[in-house]
Amino acid sequence: MLNQSIKINTKIFNDDVEKISSRDGFGSGLLQAGYDNENIVVLSADLSESTKANLFAERYPKRYIEVGVAEQNLATVASGIAAMGKIPFITSYAMFSPGRNWEQIRTSICYNNQPVKIVGSHAGLSVGPDGGSHQALEDIAITRVIPNMVVISPCDSIEAKKATIACSNTKNPTYIRLARNNTPTITTEETPFEIGKAHLYFVPEIGLAHVGIIATGPILYNAIIAAHELEKKGIKVKVLNLSTIKPLDTESIISLAKETKAIVTVEDHQITGGMGSAVAECLAQNYPVPIELVGVKDVFGQSGTPLELEKYYEIDTSHIIEKVEKILKRKI
Amino acid sequence: MDTLNDEKIKELKIIANKIRKSIIEMLFKAGSGHPAGALGMADIFALLYFHVLRHDPKNPLWEGRDRLVLSNGHICPVLYASMAHAGYFPLEELETLRKFGSRLQGHPHREFMPWVENSSGPLGLGLSQAVGMAIADRIYAGDKTIYALLSDGEHDEGNTWEAVMLASKEKLSNLIVIVDRNNIQISGNTEQIMPLGDMSEKYKSFGWFSQNVDGNDLQEIYKAIYKAKNHKGGPSVIIANTVPGKGVKEWENDYKWHGKAPNINEADMALNELDSLYA
Repeated sequence: MLNQSIKINTKIFNDDVEKISSRDGFGSGLLQAGYDNENIVVLSADLSESTKANLFAERYPKRYIEVGVAEQNLATVASGIAAMGKIPFITSYAMFSPGRNWEQIRTSICYNNQPVKIVGSHAGLSVGPDGGSHQALEDIAITRVIPNMVVISPCDSIEAKKATIACSNTKNPTYIRLARNNTPTITTEETPFEIGKAHLYFVPEIGLAHVGIIATGPILYNAIIAAHELEKKGIKVKVLNLSTIKPLDTESIISLAKETKAIVTVEDHQITGGMGSAVAECLAQNYPVPIELVGVKDVFGQSGTPLELEKYYEIDTSHIIEKVEKILKRKI
Repeated sequence: MDTLNDEKIKELKIIANKIRKSIIEMLFKAGSGHPAGALGMADIFALLYFHVLRHDPKNPLWEGRDRLVLSNGHICPVLYASMAHAGYFPLEELETLRKFGSRLQGHPHREFMPWVENSSGPLGLGLSQAVGMAIADRIYAGDKTIYALLSDGEHDEGNTWEAVMLASKEKLSNLIVIVDRNNIQISGNTEQIMPLGDMSEKYKSFGWFSQNVDGNDLQEIYKAIYKAKNHKGGPSVIIANTVPGKGVKEWENDYKWHGKAPNINEADMALNELDSLYA
């Protein structure tokens, strides 16, 4: 059942569940942050409408810089703005920022430890028809490996808004991973959000869970639907929303592993180096249990609808259920 | 004042000579590093740190200071030596260059030495950072001048030109770039590796106020900085034609000294030569 102690959207299992993109949540969070803090500056690389940075641009034109199609400059200019005590948000597609400009982010932002907020939209297979060139499936891996960096992957528009406001008040370089498409609203305004803290979104009605699912990003929805289906079959599952991938909430992960002795991770990203890898690194060192990783298996994406792609690349609900059933057999 | 008087020139020449000697001592003790560019830029650093910059070595993080961004971090011995001679930290600390635990990392790292404005080393990143500083200063109505020191070789990097375009678009008249036009890079002469041609004209065509000077002539550089500071409506660049290895005749204009530390005999010879200039 949904963990109602943290006020999850009760309409989540309805066919007409509200759908809004996480980038929309970012856009409105940025407006709020810009209102609260006049030190916030926003930079765009010719994609302000797509990233929703245009809302900030209209409201605060003096604190908005358009750098053109130049993501390397986007990152390095932001480093300079941050060096003057300001909080820059840089916005583009995840493929180009942090993709194209990785070394600029590593050297001028993280090595300098400047509080630049890197906002990468259109991450994951869910980009759909644009095809593999635009589907960032490596961005979690390349950002979480850099010292000083915080990595957040919000599950819906409301969490994206909260993450945007929260990170505007921290001194860390931060990557926020966003999705293009309208996805189900999982949380409510009352659901707690804190950088570095994971929460259980789905829990058994009574007793201990047999399997723990850890998911990040909008694909958390698939994990919750899978848990709901499994519940009907008598398989008790807990679902943890790991929206902050770095710093990792090791306490929540280990506690879930201790209870279930079996973990399935779910992400719209390469398995290699992604959130599942981070969980595996944590558990291998602290509390080894069998783990199954749901994610993209070392291949590039292609054009298609998000649903077609989820199915083909085996990150949809039915494959999550399959992995849960598989890991039940692997349990010691 | 739009010119330097003779007394000032003499004073700055003596300081530049001290900076050069420190550079050679540091690199000899470190056993590795980059002498040519550092020696070539010593006059410009002496002028900036001892006459031009608005700064306070006793209060290095004073908010009102001008910002100096060194982009080609490999010439940092000239930065460290200038800072030490200006009083930021004791001269003895220069001996720790490139040693474990030193604040003077092989390439500047702001986390170790917070009084440098930026970590640097990987090329082509400094101009963008300076542009960011100039933009921030303008948005928040500051009155600082942002100086960016670049090598000619790092104009091979596309990132540099992205920043050149943005500075022009944003009309950053609080930004002054000095390009160390010494015609060498690590594996040869710039015009063979990747021809840069007339850099002054290139900048001009991007809408910059551009000047060409002898980068080892204090008066010429000073006049150019003065004009740049008074130029309104856009960013300024000074193409400083410097002699790499300047001060040590045998090393001058030889790209082999780009990235090689002197041994004891070479260091001795160089120090004697510099001593003879201003005994």
